Amino acid sequence: MSRIATKFAALKAQGRGALIPFLEAFDPDRETAMAILRGMPAAGADLIEIGVPFTDPMADGPTVQKAGQRGLKAGATMAGTLGMVRDFREGDAETPVILMGYFNPILSYGVARFCAEAAEAGVDGLIVVDVPPEEADEIAPDATANGLDLIRLIAPTTGEDRLPKVLSATTGFVYYVAITGVTGTRSASTDDLAAAIPRIRKYTDLPIAIGFGVRTPQQAGEASRIADGAVVASALIEGLVASLDAEGRATAATVPAVLDRVRELAEAVRKG
Amino acid sequence: MNQQPPPNSFRQGPDARGRFGNFGGRFVAETLMPLILEVEAAYEASKTDQAFQDEWRRLLTHYVGRPSPLWFAERLTTHLRKDAAPGMGAKVYFKRDELNHTGAHKINAVLGQILLAKKMGKTRIIAETGAGQHGVATATACALMDLPCVVYMGATDVERQQPNVFRMKLLGAEVVPVTSGAATLKDAMNEGLRDWVANVRDTYYCIGTVAGPHPYPAMVRDFQSVIGIEAKAQMQEAEGRLPDVLVAAVGGGSNAMGLFYPFLDDADVAMVGVEAAGRGLDSGEHAAALSRGRPGVLHGNRTYLLQDGDGQITEAHSISAGLDYPGVGPEHSWLHELGRVTYSGVTDDEALAAFQLCSKLEGIIPALEPAHALAEVMKMAPKMPAEKIILMNLCGRGDKDIFTVAKHLGENI
Repeated sequence: MSRIATKFAALKAQGRGALIPFLEAFDPDRETAMAILRGMPAAGADLIEIGVPFTDPMADGPTVQKAGQRGLKAGATMAGTLGMVRDFREGDAETPVILMGYFNPILSYGVARFCAEAAEAGVDGLIVVDVPPEEADEIAPDATANGLDLIRLIAPTTGEDRLPKVLSATTGFVYYVAITGVTGTRSASTDDLAAAIPRIRKYTDLPIAIGFGVRTPQQAGEASRIADGAVVASALIEGLVASLDAEGRATAATVPAVLDRVRELAEAVRKG
Repeated sequence: MNQQPPPNSFRQGPDARGRFGNFGGRFVAETLMPLILEVEAAYEASKTDQAFQDEWRRLLTHYVGRPSPLWFAERLTTHLRKDAAPGMGAKVYFKRDELNHTGAHKINAVLGQILLAKKMGKTRIIAETGAGQHGVATATACALMDLPCVVYMGATDVERQQPNVFRMKLLGAEVVPVTSGAATLKDAMNEGLRDWVANVRDTYYCIGTVAGPHPYPAMVRDFQSVIGIEAKAQMQEAEGRLPDVLVAAVGGGSNAMGLFYPFLDDADVAMVGVEAAGRGLDSGEHAAALSRGRPGVLHGNRTYLLQDGDGQITEAHSISAGLDYPGVGPEHSWLHELGRVTYSGVTDDEALAAFQLCSKLEGIIPALEPAHALAEVMKMAPKMPAEKIILMNLCGRGDKDIFTVAKHLGENI
């Protein structure tokens, strides 16, 4: 069983959903991002999503956009991002790691080479925002051959007619984009989520995580109960940004600022 | 170059997946995917919808002023023959799309798209713009059809295209300056896509060029093909034959596709797409995606892009805001690899010289975008026999550029 499937099965046995915090690779620098990544499991992260910086992140709001720009400025590359995962795996063999990003950096690296090296580094799943099921053959064969889950996005606009098509191309878990919008802007209501998740469950047995607009511990708790997990990104990055000095450099407060928030979110998810 | 055999027809693309060979496609987030499919279905239906076609034609005739004239640029032709060898110096014709209402070819496809948006029941229009010509055209169509319009424009472009910003405001559009990235056309398109994701149910995204996810490259090309269809008939009437070479500027490439497409299967007609070489093709400051880029995926399609070794998109540079884009329409990438169209580069300085020459010799102030095409014509014509014919797409007028040009010439106006 994959690390992702093992984790969700274990959490199901515990009767709770997953907390999936996000960090952008190399934000604000490699060392700080590495310290945040290493500290996340102890702070309560069940799975971890790492953003791969890209110059033109079309689905992201200003918070994640700027995180990517800081990462790129700090020297983030595909090889560097994979290197972070490799270093993380030296101390953690259990926590699933998912890379989230856009297709062009993968295409540029070479799809086959990327999938092989990502798997070798210890990556478990991929979310490639701008590769919908219609373009799946661009990456699915190499991802599958290397045992990488291809986690797909389902949006509020994904109609009943389309759900089976998208879900049949999904492995690992389903990522439900809670709002029509970019990351870090607004939040879905509990009622909307409560209506949306059963609609997806009709077509899949895979775990479902909710992302986009999950900001507070309360929202993370609710999302993890309505579905099987909650992804929190922009709210964590905002905490990181607030800790930077005037030149945008990390301070002694940066790592704790992020991990303390992860702890608060984890507590809410565990309350049940 | 690929070793694939040439297709039976160069006019067969795109396929059902929206691909021109290996280029194009639908690389968008899932939130947009259902809407992209909806646009495609609506566009396909519009092709056989006589009422839709009639209304678009009516607007082109009575609102835009089509057909645009074909003009034999006699003084320019004579001028270019002066330094040519005896018997050399091709005849130069302009397809005068700068005479369209709103001053450029953009309005052709905008009217088609806004009619489509209305048919789809959309109640809000968004657009991106570089030079502002597409923004002005979209704002114009929205004023005419009583729809709210939001135009995303890079803050850098807002600064250098002030007249068009004011025009859009007069027309009732909201202009949103975009400050991310280099604050030019690429960033405006990112912001347009982000707006669309957030307002997907009521909003139609009116893309200004032959790029973006399928069906946009094919749809914008089809609407712009009115240029080439007219030119073909007009050239037959003027010369009794087809031209030998077509020349057009290429940023995203909509005016070029519009001129080229109806001629693609006429084997005797050569075609040259002119990219912005900025401060020189090897200066690192240009917008020549085909000459100096490599294939990648951006803004919903696979195409040639300016990018670094890590697949990060690099900033384009051109004196012309309309050509200042790191990508190019996917059909151009396909035609480039097949060798059907030749792509060359013209620098800022060459375009500026052509801009001035055209103004003085023909009494036509061209936009900086077609000034690039004209600079290429000025290089080619003297090397061609006098009986040969060059047809250039004069796709926009230069009123919007006079401040930029004055600044480059050191004049205060």
